Amino acid sequence: MKHCCLIISFFISNLVSASESLSVTVPDTMEERVKACTICHSNKNRVGRDAYYPRIAGKPAGYLFNQMRNFRDGRRYYQPMAILLENMSDEYILEIARYFSSLQLSYPPPEKIGIRPEEIKLADSLIHLGDPGRDVPACKSCHGEALMGIKPFIPGLLGLSHAYISAQFGSWRNGGLMRGQNSNCMSEIAKRLTDEEINAIAKWLAIQTVSGEPSLPGALASEFSHRCSNIDPENMHSE
Amino acid sequence: MKYLIQLSKIYIQEYIVSVGSIIIVLFALIFAPIPVYAESIQLIPTASNQNRSLGEYLSRVGNCMGCHTAKGGVSFAGGKKMYTSFGIFITPNITPDKKTGIGYWSKEDFWGALHRGESPDGRMLYPSFPYTEYTKVTRKDTDAIFDYLMSLEPVSKDNPSSKIFFPYNLKPLLYFWRKLYFKEGIFNPDNSKSKEWNRGAYLVQGLGHCSACHSSRNFLGASQEEKFIGKKMTGVSWYAPSLTSRLEAGSGELEINEITELLTSGITKNTVASGHMATVIRQSLQFVLPEDIRAIAIYLKSIGEENSDVASAESFPILSKNIRNRLAQGGKLYTKYCEDCHQSSGRGIPGVYPSLAGNRSVTMASPLNTILSVMRGGFPPSTTGNPRPYGMPPFQQIFHDEEMALVVSYIRNAWGNHSSLVTEIDIERSRGSSRD
Ligand code: HEC
Ligand code: HEC
Ligand code: HEC
Ligand code: HEC
Ligand code: HEC
Repeated sequence: MKHCCLIISFFISNLVSASESLSVTVPDTMEERVKACTICHSNKNRVGRDAYYPRIAGKPAGYLFNQMRNFRDGRRYYQPMAILLENMSDEYILEIARYFSSLQLSYPPPEKIGIRPEEIKLADSLIHLGDPGRDVPACKSCHGEALMGIKPFIPGLLGLSHAYISAQFGSWRNGGLMRGQNSNCMSEIAKRLTDEEINAIAKWLAIQTVSGEPSLPGALASEFSHRCSNIDPENMHSE
Repeated sequence: MKYLIQLSKIYIQEYIVSVGSIIIVLFALIFAPIPVYAESIQLIPTASNQNRSLGEYLSRVGNCMGCHTAKGGVSFAGGKKMYTSFGIFITPNITPDKKTGIGYWSKEDFWGALHRGESPDGRMLYPSFPYTEYTKVTRKDTDAIFDYLMSLEPVSKDNPSSKIFFPYNLKPLLYFWRKLYFKEGIFNPDNSKSKEWNRGAYLVQGLGHCSACHSSRNFLGASQEEKFIGKKMTGVSWYAPSLTSRLEAGSGELEINEITELLTSGITKNTVASGHMATVIRQSLQFVLPEDIRAIAIYLKSIGEENSDVASAESFPILSKNIRNRLAQGGKLYTKYCEDCHQSSGRGIPGVYPSLAGNRSVTMASPLNTILSVMRGGFPPSTTGNPRPYGMPPFQQIFHDEEMALVVSYIRNAWGNHSSLVTEIDIERSRGSSRD
């Protein structure tokens, strides 16, 4: 590699006087430790131009923990995060997951996108009733009555962007390689839905105003938790 | 932690206990009336038990698991992909499974692989398996590693075969390469040096296989013997700096405890290990016993050059107005995005945010690692010494290439640092390999 020129830099060097105290300290907090994450995952501080970054604050800790390990271990693909997590221990990942889970950030306002009445009807019915004919349970039976998730493993569906939700369904349908070693309940469900249905659901979810809290573990009926390989019934009450 | 203490006890014991006393223990076990010893048998480590624990420790030092485990996969069952410029290697299963692993191998076979780079079926192995360094490992240590591997749960896992590019897939070429670059070796202690120094040299040149990354590799990834001259890792993007040059990662001018701190915790008040080095520390070096790490440090310090006049001999042209302008622009970006952590003095916060002022990773001739650090961000490895590291955000989603070049040029030339300016072409090039 050839570099254009070597230079000496009197003018910048030592401009900062030695008087700047060496005893600067940083807060010994999780908030300080995870600045590398909040550069993308926070509402106020979204420097990237991408609305795609999902919200992680306030999501169930077990869910966040699983996702972080999936990124680190190559079961869910997003290279910038895989690099950050590469040399992190499980213990530390769990601590970070708990930290984000405990945050109460204000949610973004509903996305401004057009949705047709028949799309609303379609989405509403799948989300609240499901389609027993195709063995698609209602989304709310796992994601909670308020669609805000069920602790500790099931994430909420509100406050996510249309683009993000569609992308998740896309990856579940493409072989279900992503998220967990085995195909799980979400990839089964995603494969049973049509493009139109997914698009309608993603839009419907993205235009809701977020309210409510994740439900407590008891809200998840066992007939549903058994469908998902990434839910560990032993640990359901650990959070 | 418990496992470490246990390991260290057994290992120290192993060190002190001579072969003779092992034999005595063996005899005691064999000839003792069985009823009396039946209960205590588990308490007294048998020779092969002890060998296994030693083997477990040595396999950590050699980081066998790091390469022979797929991401998120079962330990030692192989399947990890290694991207090199001569092919994509998929590491083999080395658990004692008879069909898919090395369950049928004898000690002799195993020695042949580590010492001569030959598979029992006569196939010559590729040097992406660092037998080029392991060849210096003693027979005793190799046997201990073998005992340990054989004590593992067999895992049945067939891994896909490696894809080696033409012409490297031609056997004669490998044969030729071996003739040129591979010397079967043993470690010859230097009696003019201390025991510690020799132990360090043995570990660095052998099991630690530092030179597999830290030296210039030739065709087929051969290292140039013991020169540790530093190179851009084959097929992978990080530059592994020279372990001798004082302008790169030579330890000649460092205190012993600074070296040991870096190698075990991944961070010191001045610098931090990133990329592949962070991985090596997490997987392997953090588990190395204090006395062995000290030995490694003593050896590294001895091969590091001291105070030659390389730097002062350079002459620096006067800065043109244009260049000053560009650096000032980089300085503005620094103030906005970096100063919070690395401070306006560039000195960072010891043990938390690395100093950029006077940091050789930043100033060394190749700007590659610095560019990668700023593009990708990162966390130092979680280690026993630094279990909850602070992180650096990635900036590739924020900066254009030009801004990236400006800010990197700035930190390479602020606070008394002076090294070459970085251009957008350098930034573009550093993207070359995104898989690692
Ligand atoms: C460069 C921007 C960026 C940074 C930095 C970043 N992330 Fe992400 N994160 C993303 C994107 C984009 C996704 C969605 C990826 C996908 O599935 O396509 C994501 C997804 C996630 C998810 C899964 C969310 C869900 O609902 O499934 C978690 C958990 C997460 N990130 C945690 C973290 C943590 C912890 C850090 C810091 C160590 C971090 N991220 C740093 C961009 C980022
Ligand atoms: C049988 C239980 C179950 C049902 C029914 C279900 N989900 Fe899920 N869903 C899950 C689980 C479990 C996860 C977490 C997946 C993981 O850990 O990788 C999840 C994750 C998701 C996510 C990812 C959220 C994020 O933050 O990344 C979306 C989006 C989602 N589901 C949408 C839906 C929709 C829409 C429906 C209805 C059509 C639905 N789910 C029905 C169990 C279910
Ligand atoms: C830098 C990565 C790396 C490290 C570290 C490493 N190996 Fe390997 N190993 C490989 C690769 C790649 C191969 C396959 C080489 C080939 O096919 O020619 C291999 C092959 C082998 C083989 C031959 C297996 C067979 O089926 O032919 C054995 C045995 C082995 N390694 C043992 C070890 C032991 C023991 C250690 C630790 C002391 C170790 N390896 C460390 C990458 C590594
Ligand atoms: C898998 C490749 C690899 C192996 C094996 C490896 N290194 Fe490194 N090492 C690197 C890379 C890449 C860097 C540059 C990144 C950095 O500065 O941390 C590095 C950096 C270093 C540094 C400078 C760290 C700093 O930032 O000041 C030291 C010292 C070092 N290595 C010592 C060793 C020793 C000793 C061994 C053997 C026990 C070893 N390395 C084995 C790849 C490797
Ligand atoms: C939130 C705090 C934070 C911010 C902001 C930050 N850094 Fe860092 N920086 C770190 C940490 C922590 C590390 C160690 C990362 C690692 O080990 O991978 C680091 C490492 C580095 C390194 C590698 C040093 C080495 O020894 O290898 C460089 C170069 C660097 N930062 C430059 C920058 C630049 C340029 C900016 C602004 C564009 C910046 N940093 C912004 C925290 C920060």
